[in-house]
Parts: sequence; structure tokens; C-alpha cells
Amino acid sequence: MSVGVIMLVHTALDRAEQAIRHWVDGGCPVVVHVDQKVRPADYAAFVGSLADLPDVRFCKRHACDWGTWALVEATQSAAAHLLESFPTLQHIYLASGSCLPLRPVPDLRDYLAARPETDFIESTTTADVPWTVGGLDEERFTLRFPFSWRRQRKLFDFYVRLQQAVGYKRRIPENVVPHMGSQWWCLTGRTVAAILNDPKRTVYERYFRKVWIPDESYFQSLVRLHSTKVESRSLTLSKFDYQGKPHIFYDDHKALLRRSACFVARKIWPRADVLYDSFPVAMSGKEQFTEPNPSAADRIFAQAVERRTLGRPGLLMQSRFPSSDRDNAMTAGPYSVLQGLGDVFEGFEEWLAKTTGATVHGHLFAPDRAEFSGRGPLFAGGLSDNAMLRDYNPTNFLINLIWNTRGTHQAFQFGPRDTQDINWMVAKDTDARISVVSGAWMIPLFKARQEFSDLRKEAARLQQIEHEHLKILRSPYTNARVRVQSLAEFVLAPMDMLQLIVDEMSEQTHPRLTDVPQMADLTGLGAFLQDLRNQGMHPFLTGDFPANLERDSTLQTPRKPYLVR
Amino acid sequence: MLTPGPRLSRGLFATSKLAYRLRWKRRRLLFRCLRKRHQLALRQDRTTLIKPDSILAFCCVRNEALRLPYFLQYYRALGVDHFLFVDNGSDEGTGTYLAAQDDVSLWETSESYKLSRFGMDWLGWLQMRFGHGHWCLTVDADELLAYPHHATHGLRALTGWLDQQGRPSFGALMLDLYPKGPVEDHKYHAGDDPLSVLTHFDPGNYRAQWHPIYDNLWVQGGVRARRFFASESARAPTLNKVPLVKWHRRYAYVTSTHQMLPRHLHDVLGTGAMSGILLHTKFLYTIGAKSREELERKQHFENSALYGTYHDDLTQNPDLWYAGSMRYESWQQLMELGLIAKEDWI
Repeated sequence: MSVGVIMLVHTALDRAEQAIRHWVDGGCPVVVHVDQKVRPADYAAFVGSLADLPDVRFCKRHACDWGTWALVEATQSAAAHLLESFPTLQHIYLASGSCLPLRPVPDLRDYLAARPETDFIESTTTADVPWTVGGLDEERFTLRFPFSWRRQRKLFDFYVRLQQAVGYKRRIPENVVPHMGSQWWCLTGRTVAAILNDPKRTVYERYFRKVWIPDESYFQSLVRLHSTKVESRSLTLSKFDYQGKPHIFYDDHKALLRRSACFVARKIWPRADVLYDSFPVAMSGKEQFTEPNPSAADRIFAQAVERRTLGRPGLLMQSRFPSSDRDNAMTAGPYSVLQGLGDVFEGFEEWLAKTTGATVHGHLFAPDRAEFSGRGPLFAGGLSDNAMLRDYNPTNFLINLIWNTRGTHQAFQFGPRDTQDINWMVAKDTDARISVVSGAWMIPLFKARQEFSDLRKEAARLQQIEHEHLKILRSPYTNARVRVQSLAEFVLAPMDMLQLIVDEMSEQTHPRLTDVPQMADLTGLGAFLQDLRNQGMHPFLTGDFPANLERDSTLQTPRKPYLVR
Repeated sequence: MLTPGPRLSRGLFATSKLAYRLRWKRRRLLFRCLRKRHQLALRQDRTTLIKPDSILAFCCVRNEALRLPYFLQYYRALGVDHFLFVDNGSDEGTGTYLAAQDDVSLWETSESYKLSRFGMDWLGWLQMRFGHGHWCLTVDADELLAYPHHATHGLRALTGWLDQQGRPSFGALMLDLYPKGPVEDHKYHAGDDPLSVLTHFDPGNYRAQWHPIYDNLWVQGGVRARRFFASESARAPTLNKVPLVKWHRRYAYVTSTHQMLPRHLHDVLGTGAMSGILLHTKFLYTIGAKSREELERKQHFENSALYGTYHDDLTQNPDLWYAGSMRYESWQQLMELGLIAKEDWI
């Protein structure tokens, strides 16, 4: 007999029995440790069901909790029992009741027979691994952990902090260099015997008893003292989530498990009938000697961890609702907010859409309705143009719009006539690209043939609103990319800002713009502003617009729009 | 009236005061459930079939003979071991049909649905009596639970995963499904898959805000908000639910399964925590007749009068479909759209 198996069983005894039969059929004796917490009647039935197998033994039982010393004791008892009954074993494989052999047991025996001196055990020092469940890495070996992390979390945390505060440090026994790794190993019988019969075993036990998660460090550390050849990897395919809980394999993982070519996998869902019916499965011909390749499954596990820890930025849903104070990117991708440009140019939206290929909306937050691109009543995802529906939760409306159109750049017009409720959210959002021509709202007023006193009142109101908005854009909380120019500056060199807007919307540097939209006729605007001034209003956001300014195409001074922050 | 806003942060005093108030509210609710048990008459008792690890479904119905055959088939396949029904005055054979099922226990009552907190008092008593220690699914007859991997991983796998993560509850969003074309033009026969008729849904117009008292995320939107509540958005139906809970006899649902006490049970948030969807088959062709009946019975919603126009609209055989409606395909599609999430469950 070359390979013996230790099996730790807690639940799903029927599946454990099935696994034991696989091992015994493959010619491996098995010593079973059944958790003390299994009810006596169930235990008796379990023992009875295996009575027909002479090579199955049961060892002394311990009550096992996750991550406790009892798991090591159980392994020790079972190992001692196994070596006593079958002293000539070349290798000992540690498995659990929810392990399933994926390849025929004789394959494993051949594999191990070809490597008689090798100990397969994942064993690395704390400095080299990123597993820090509970925020503890090196300290798991230098503090004491008498309380259960699962059941006495508060005491556990308190005691850790107390030890850190007083600077307590345990002395690590001489010669021992703490290593850790997967609990599931396959060691040579000689190494296991050496660990069990070590004259300093009681010293090591006293130390490891109070270490954090000893079942992942006791054998992993001591093997370094006794082994001649350690191969630091586990032959059992076993994956853990970021909290250190094992991933469970279900029926739909059949192909993945087969691809991994591992000898044993854990943890198998007890009701995964397909898996239990199809494995172990013989490899054909040459594949019989394939090396196990647990990394075959790595990609989907890496994706899973990413999904869990990062989530999907820009998504608001029933189970994801980040607080706006913590997250910088509140939307799913970059979008442009254009303020005033639609007033300066005629047909600006159409021109921009044609030039950049982006989706260009009108005033999404106009008081009467959301002016979607194309002006339909509904837009992507079922967003309605109804202003009341939109204003019930305007930030969520915008976040939904960007999420629903992921992959296409969105741009919309904005201005002081619109609902202003989104201003803070947009300013804080790193995805927002805000371009403002301040005071451009003056142009429609100037064009409107209305009572001058009404115009004056309206101008004052709009200026106040835009001023408040600009204050937000200049605040230190703003993360958006912002550029602001006054109307007077802008008309002198409109191409500079347009070029920047077009470049960032099409995500590539555009060749220098040749096709330029038609600018509104501003003849007389200077005089209009002067009239306002004469009436006692101060239109400061339009900038310094000379009363007699006539637009001059040769006046292309190379001024750059300035960037706020 | 509630207004949208960020999560409230309260001082220590306010927090304790609210916790104290809600504790008493929970006790009042439980007491109501206890009192209302007298309204229930046992018609068919098969509760001896319930095993310690059985997954139970609780459901209050009225004239649902059309939906129930598929409902039972769907949830049996998903892994529900026993159904506990309350029949609230059906007059078309619903009770007889249910009583004949091998895995159903049935109670009857003709008392007021509204005064029983829309059935929650009755179900609350049954949950207290039979649900303690079990994973309990509380759904209406027009709700079908779907979640990541639901086709391959039954409810037992899901609850096993939730147990492993130490989570006592599972959240799901109601997704209104509707046909393409006027709703009453699409016939449906008992036992058919309602999704073969109700093929479409609104993919991306759900809005969320914090509920200022219960601290849960309050989600509204979808086709009903778009079509019937545009001018009264705050009244649009609530869509967030907590249908699956590892029950304890001291737990209580507050309004339908939207909110729960203690509050941590409906806090299902994370960076996209595992969550599911309740496929809502409300818009079968019978919706017009049901709404007409509802206008007379006035047993739904707190202020039935305010929802009069809603039910009026529903009797007009509306077409809810539009060019941006999406055809329902699978849970993967819902995950891609961001309506459900599967975290790191592989």
C-alpha cells in the first residue's frame, strides 16, 4: 500500500461515504475523523454503512470549529491511527468529506509513486502572501488568540487590540519559521511520522494552540523542519473567497473541474448529483500523466473577487448605492456638460453630433421636459422626458442615463434656466467634463423682443443662478474637469474651446476643426449690455464686452481657455 | 411625504430613540399577528410534512386559479419543500385546487385584506408558528423569484451560500413584465409559462433613495412609474423587497415584504451584493377585470382613493410596450443590465 487517506468529516455523511468508497476502491486505506458534534445515532449509522470495508478505520473524535486547534488535533489523531495500522505508507493524503476525487485514484498513486520523497504542501511565509483575513498577517503568529473569531468577535477584536496596545509579542519556538498555506496536504509517511514523533512536539503544540488559524500553519511550518523535499502547492483544487471562505463547486462546474486536471477538488456541494455521478473520470491515453493545473480556474475566481470588492462603478441598484461622499466616479463613464455653447452657435447640437459621433442631447434638465437627443418622449432604458418624473430624483436620472448608454459618449446642454439640483453631484463626479461659456444666456434675452424692465429682471435672476453654479465648480470639492470662459473671451477665440470639447468627446485627437458652426449674430450685444449697465444691472458674467465690438474673423488671438483646478 | 436624499446620519441619542421606537413597533406587529390568528380557519393541514431543513413558501391569494398551477410548478422546481397558503375569500375554485396539492397547507379567511396589513398579519402568524428556523419565501402569486444561477443552483444552494456568508436575508427587485401590445389582447392559459406572454420590461429607469425611518434603500420606477405615476412620482409603487429570510419568530414584515424589523434584515447593500429579481406577472390579460373589481373592493394600498386613476387606467386595456422595452431572456441579461448582482458566487 502506497497511499493512505485521512478524511475529516463534519456534515453530508452520505457524500463522505461515497468519497471513502472511491478511495478504498482505488486501493487506499482511509482513517476517518468524524466531528464530535455529529449526533451519536448518525455516527453509528455512518460507521455501520462502511462496515463492509476492512480498510476504513475511525479514530478518536474531537469537536471541531472552523480555524481552531481541534482541527489539528483531529488530523494528528487520524495520522497516528493511520501510521499505526499501515506503517509502510509512502504518502498520506489529507482530505475532507466534501472532497471529491476528480481523477481515478490509481492515477494519483502512480503520480506519487514517481515522487516518493516529495511532500506536497502549500507552505509560504507571511511576508509572501496577501491573505490577511481579519487584517492579521504576521501578527497571527505573535499574538495570542484564545477567543473564537466566529462566535466571540468582539472579545477577539478587543483582545487583539489590547495586545497591540501593550506591545505584547509571543516568542516563537526555536527553529520554527512560521509558514502558512492551504489546509489540504499530501505528505510522505516519513515526514508525518517525524512531525508526530518530534521530541519537542509538546513545545510546538503549546505554541500553535494559540496561533490564529493553526490548521493552516501547524503542518505548514513543521514540515520545513523535517522534510527533505517540499513542493509548495496543494494537490487539492480549493479556492477561497476574499473572506477566506471556500468557494463551493456545483454541477455547472463540471467542465472547469475536468479542465483543472487536479486529483481532488473541494468543496463540492452535497447535492451536486452530476459531479458525484461523473467523477472520478479517467483521463484518456496520454492525458493520464497530465500535471494538475489549478490555475485553469483562476480567471473566473479573479473575476469573482473583483466583482465582489469593486462592484460596478456608475451603477445604482437595489444592492449597490454608494454614498456620494466616498466615491469619486459616480457614473459609468465620461460625459460632457455644455453650458452656453448652444446659445452662442446656431445648430450647435447637430454640428457636435455630426463632428464627434457622440449622442448630443438638448437641455436634459429643461423646466418643461427632458430634451433627449431626437426629442423623443422616451430614451434608453425607459427614461421618460416627463419633467416631474425626472425632477423627483434628478441625480439618479442622470446616473441612469449614463449607465444605460455605456459605450457611447453622452453630452447635454445646460444653463441657468434648467433645474439646478444636479450641480453638486456633477461637480463632484470625476467623469464629468464641464465646459461653460458664462453669460451666454444673455444672447436669447438680447434676441427676445420684450419689455426691457422684464429682461433686466430675468437677466439678474439668471446671472444669480449661474454665479451660484460657478461657485460650486470652483469649490475644492469639485472633481470634474472644468473649463470656464466668459462670453467676451469666448467669442474672441471660439475655436480653442471647441477643439478641446470635440477632442475629449471623441476620445482621440481630432484633426484641426475646419467645419465650424454658425455663430449667432451678436451685432448690437455690446450696446444691449451697456443699456443694462445704464439701468443699474451689472452683467459681470459676460465678461468685458466692449460696447462697440464688431466680430472680426482676423481677431484670432491665441488665447487658451483656462482650466479651473 | 418622503423626499429623496442621502442616508441620514443620526446622533447617538436619536439612534437609540429610533431603535427603541422600532422595537416597540415590532412588538405591536407581532401582537397583531397573534390576534389575527383567530381569523384563519384551517382547511388543509399537511404541516407534519415540514422537516427541520425544509424551505417554506408563504403566500396569500384571492382568485388566482389562473396563475397558481405554474406558480407551484416553478417554485417546486426551484426547491420549495412546502407551501403555506392563506385563501382570502376566493370564489372560483382556488381553494379546492390548492387543497388538492400534496405539498400545500391551506388556511381560509373572509376577513378584510386591508385590515390584515395586506395579508401580512395572517402570514406573520403562520411564519411565527411554522417558519422559525427555516428559510422562508414570502411572495405573491404573481411573483416568480429569479436570481444568479437560478436555473442550475436551486434555492437550497442559494440559502446554503447565504448561510455560509452569515446573511439572514436576500433582497430582490420587482420587475414588471408586460406584453407587446394591449395587455388584454394576449391570452394565457393556466399552467403556461407567463413569461411566454409577458415578454418585455423596462431596463433602466429605476430610482433609489434612502428611506428616512427604516434605513432601507427605497427603489421606485419601471413601467408603472413611467406610465401611471409620472406626475405623482412619490406614489409610484415600491419595488424593493426582501422575499427570502431565515426566519426567527421575533421577525416581522412591515409593509408587504418591502421593509422588515429588525432593520438589519432589509439592509442588503454592498458593492453590488448578491440580489435577485421578482418577475412580476401582474399584467396578464385579466388585469382589467381585476382592476375593475379593485375599484369596488378598495382593499389595496393605504389610501385607495388616491390610486383610483391608476386602476382606471388599467381598465382601459393599455399598451405598455415602447421601442426601448427589452425582451426578457435570462438572469445573465439582468446582471449585465445591473438589475441583479451575483457578487463572487461562482
